[in-house]
Amino acid sequence: MAKENMQIMVCGGTGCKGSQGEALIDNLKLELEANALENDIRVVRTGCFGLCELGPIVKVLPGEVVYIKVTPDDAAEIVSEHIMKGRKVERLLYSDPVTKKALISEKELAMHKKQLRIVLRNCGIIDPENIDDAIAHDAYEALARVLTGMKPVDVIKIIKDSGLRGRGGGGFPTGLKWEIAHNNKSDEKYVVCNADEGDPGAFMDRSVLEGDPHAVLEAMAICGYSIEAHKGLIYIRAEYPLAVARLKTAMQQAREYGLLGKNIMGSGFDFDIEIRYGAGAFVCGEETALIHSMEGLRGEPTVKPPFPAESGFLGKPTNVNNVETFACISPIILKGSEWFSSIGSAKSKGTKVFALAGKINNVGLIEVPMGTTLREVIFEIGGGIREGRKFKAAQTGGPSGGCLTEKHLDTPIDFDNLIAAGSMMGSGGLIVMDEDDCMVSVAKFFLEFTVEESCGKCAPCRIGNKRLHELLEHITKGKGVPADLDRLKNMSLVIKDTSLCGLGQSSPNPVLSTLDNFREEYEAHVTAKKCPAGKCKDLMEYLIISANCVGCTACARVCPVGAITGERKEPHLINPAICIKCGACMEKCKFDAIIIQ
Amino acid sequence: METVKLTIDNKTAEVPKGTTINKAARQLGIDIPTLCWMELHDLNIENRPAGCRICVVEVQGRRNLAPSCATNCENGMVVRTHNTRVLNARRTVMEFILSDHPKDCLICPKSGNCELQAMAHQLGIREIPGQEIAAMSTYRKDTSPSIIRDLDKCILCRRCEMMCNTVQTVGALSAVNRGFMATVAPAFEQNLEHSTCTYCGQCVAVCPTGALTEVDNTPDVLRALADPTKTVIVQTAPAVRAALGELFGMEPGTLVTGKMVTALRALGFDYVFDTDFAADLTIMEEGTELLGRLTRHLKGDKSARLPILTSCCPGWVNFFEEYFPDLKDVPSTSKSPQQMFGAIAKTYFADKIKVNRKDLVVVSIMPCLAKKYECQREEFSVDNNRDVDFSISTRELASFIKQANIDLNNLEDGEFDAPLGESTGAGVIFGATGGVIEAAVRTAYEVHTGKKLDRLDFTELRGLEGVRSATIDFDGFPIRIGIAHGLGNARKLLDDVRSGRSQFHAIEVMACPGGCIGGGGQPLHHGNSDIIKARAAAIYTEDRKKPLRKSHENPFIIKLYEEFLGKPNSEKAHHLLHTKYFDKKKKIVVKQ
Repeated sequence: MAKENMQIMVCGGTGCKGSQGEALIDNLKLELEANALENDIRVVRTGCFGLCELGPIVKVLPGEVVYIKVTPDDAAEIVSEHIMKGRKVERLLYSDPVTKKALISEKELAMHKKQLRIVLRNCGIIDPENIDDAIAHDAYEALARVLTGMKPVDVIKIIKDSGLRGRGGGGFPTGLKWEIAHNNKSDEKYVVCNADEGDPGAFMDRSVLEGDPHAVLEAMAICGYSIEAHKGLIYIRAEYPLAVARLKTAMQQAREYGLLGKNIMGSGFDFDIEIRYGAGAFVCGEETALIHSMEGLRGEPTVKPPFPAESGFLGKPTNVNNVETFACISPIILKGSEWFSSIGSAKSKGTKVFALAGKINNVGLIEVPMGTTLREVIFEIGGGIREGRKFKAAQTGGPSGGCLTEKHLDTPIDFDNLIAAGSMMGSGGLIVMDEDDCMVSVAKFFLEFTVEESCGKCAPCRIGNKRLHELLEHITKGKGVPADLDRLKNMSLVIKDTSLCGLGQSSPNPVLSTLDNFREEYEAHVTAKKCPAGKCKDLMEYLIISANCVGCTACARVCPVGAITGERKEPHLINPAICIKCGACMEKCKFDAIIIQ
Repeated sequence: METVKLTIDNKTAEVPKGTTINKAARQLGIDIPTLCWMELHDLNIENRPAGCRICVVEVQGRRNLAPSCATNCENGMVVRTHNTRVLNARRTVMEFILSDHPKDCLICPKSGNCELQAMAHQLGIREIPGQEIAAMSTYRKDTSPSIIRDLDKCILCRRCEMMCNTVQTVGALSAVNRGFMATVAPAFEQNLEHSTCTYCGQCVAVCPTGALTEVDNTPDVLRALADPTKTVIVQTAPAVRAALGELFGMEPGTLVTGKMVTALRALGFDYVFDTDFAADLTIMEEGTELLGRLTRHLKGDKSARLPILTSCCPGWVNFFEEYFPDLKDVPSTSKSPQQMFGAIAKTYFADKIKVNRKDLVVVSIMPCLAKKYECQREEFSVDNNRDVDFSISTRELASFIKQANIDLNNLEDGEFDAPLGESTGAGVIFGATGGVIEAAVRTAYEVHTGKKLDRLDFTELRGLEGVRSATIDFDGFPIRIGIAHGLGNARKLLDDVRSGRSQFHAIEVMACPGGCIGGGGQPLHHGNSDIIKARAAAIYTEDRKKPLRKSHENPFIIKLYEEFLGKPNSEKAHHLLHTKYFDKKKKIVVKQ
């Protein structure tokens, strides 16, 4: 076959890199050299494909054959079989969790079928460390168009008309934000890219920066031109070393090509970008806290107004947008606002990237049009719930979002519908829970995060969240009383109502939404002192059903604390006062005689 | 002036654009409670981190409640300050704050004067739901020579940070840690003693709770008084008499000099003396030093550095030792009045009454917390016996007087004892910003020119402007004088001195805004500059009423030089009344 047109794309995202992806690339190159193919066939280290749990991912072009969980040892077989002989390596193909059928190309994957990739358009397709590759995929074309034939107000109009809303969580109309920054006159203005992705489990911004850094640089320059700023700052957490490295490479290359710096493309427009590092505090994703952190101050929010568009970095008008928002800009300029606004729902246009996680078959990064239903995301793209269990809830919006349930499955996902359902878009985390998850514990888990990440500036967030967490802990220990549920609700509502910034204004969401949707589960904890999901250790008891027990003594022997007694061939008994609920007995019992109650 | 119109609790208000809801409400007679907010009127500084969330109000159309201290009025706003939503939120937030606050009001130094306690009372909090399962955020207690930090009581109002950083530019305090464990501490969480703290005490002066308090030395004083083998003498700084009465219900600006003397005598002090006497002595030494340096400088002696800087204020001394150690030969070498008093008391006076210095206890009553540190400086001790044994603040004295069941209001006026109790008006005005330099001018002029001054009130040197300057004609020679109060203002003048831009011959610096009358040990003024102004007026009134108003005319000062010191800047005077300064720039010490 025509080997010279072949390319081997290997995911170079953080996940795949962490699973020996680099060694795999080295081996692939060695194998190609051994077969004297190194000049004909390129091995490209790309950005993320989105199938993170199945990594390292290798995609062979043409044909887009996707191999999953490829180890460095598999390199030889891929080269000798697929490259040399054109035979697919069957054992490395993805098998559909439902049909068990081996799927060859990415396009066949259910996970990809409903996806529409605008933000992630180049992730997994280009070599992020090669600007030529990016340019071949239209990078900087939008900037060229803007600089050569458009006035700032024209650009702002397109962005406004497109209906693009901020992807960082708030959903504020981007064009309007640009317009306000544009209208605030000042000798100096700043464009800030918020890459302080802080939601646990969310990595869409990181993937964009790792896989397509030029998309962000270009958009920042377009924004700079539109609001009349000449300096851009990317605020990124230091825990993203690969993204930082790729950004630096991209910035350097863009400067060499005259796409950043003085007199960009000979247009007379100057714009350059600097990187500012964050130390990874969640609250620094809030724009005022982010700006203070960049100024070298303690990363804590201040009251808005004044908004950054009036008084931001160093007191100058500053436009802050998130990575994903910036990644939408160039396609909008190139394809028009009508194209973008034709995608999505009535008030939420375009696509949204979600990080699927939890009890779902396909864990990873997906991009879908706004308005896609939760059912489509979970059951079609996500491949349904693991081990065929029953869907219970999905947490959107990160730790301060809310839980959506069965009744929300057919709700189109967009900014407004999520808020109406008691949750929020957030930055796009989507954690799926099944029937085995205790919703009180889930709320407690998320609260633990916000308690840890509160900056401590305002009392309701600093102390209130701690008190919420303590009360949830109390309830999961079986010490709660029914009146505690009203206290939970009151505290939650007051914390939301009185906190200074978005963190505290949303941190009680997991509590409120689980209280609303799973009140009976809370009630079981505080009245019957039972955890219906069997998750709360303090509320469960291991019991031996005497009818099933044959007296084999296996459980008594494995019990580390001697809590099980009984004569041989006689039903055994567990002493709950001694039992530490480790579950070893249950695992050992071959007769299903041990149950949790 | 552009105005906006809004409705607050059904009342219409029209206020200048930029007015906060809270202030607009006050104009309408609506009191929205505040906790962290604080306004320093004359400094034009407001502390409004919007952190406590007690002052939240409902603004129609907004999703969340708004902090009234930090939300500006807008046209057409409809505000509710006390509806049920607001009341419930306010109460719940207050319960949160109290749930993380110690309940040891019985022995808290701020009890009765605590803004948190008052707010709990105002909001009618009787119990704290969930207290039994509530963890407390705790932090180690830090005791320095002057200030105690008990951060378990910190409510993160951030006022201390504002004073330390914005007003004083000392930069010793800032928020550290996050979430529930957030608190205010020096860099790297060092103790105050290892920080850049100057002990000016302005943080203590604004702390709403017992998180920052002075070190209480009244028990030490009580023990000394109770010891029959000790002769205990006391000196009182000029600013104390202008403020002490406030703690006994008197109007700010009420002078209680005579009553204070009687009270101190009733407390059992063997001699009641006046720091003002030592202030007169300071003028003799410092004034002579100024004239000496000036003369040498004019003769072209490069070693005579100008401007000369006053050195009465220990917070200021700490500040330049920390931040401007390269300029440590610029300030006057004269000790502060407190220390001059101690040095004379433990030599001249001890000899006079034939008491061994070890049996003579010198107590000072100061408006200041840095004085506690100053009297503990090694160079102010002889054989481990301090020249000044204990320094207590105006607040501590008031508490001590109350403990002894003395009814200050109804006391007869007493007179200071001789010989260290006699003073001139020049000594009194040390208490207000500009006073030291005015006192120095009164003496230096007459000594330098040999002529009698025809006016004694140099009003051009007075006032509350942060940085002031004036030129005084010394019989044809213009003396250029600079004055700064508040360390942030002092820094500006010092930067000029460092860069050689300064044109002044003499500069007076006081660490606290307003001078000693606004000191860190004074009754809390809650940022109200009217109180400072009233105290200053009292000081100048006392000056005007004094028969003698120039230090060099104090007969006991004249006698002291004749009998003991010789003349100003003599060798003996140098030994007893002058000091030197040290480079105390902090190095980061990881291990304490």
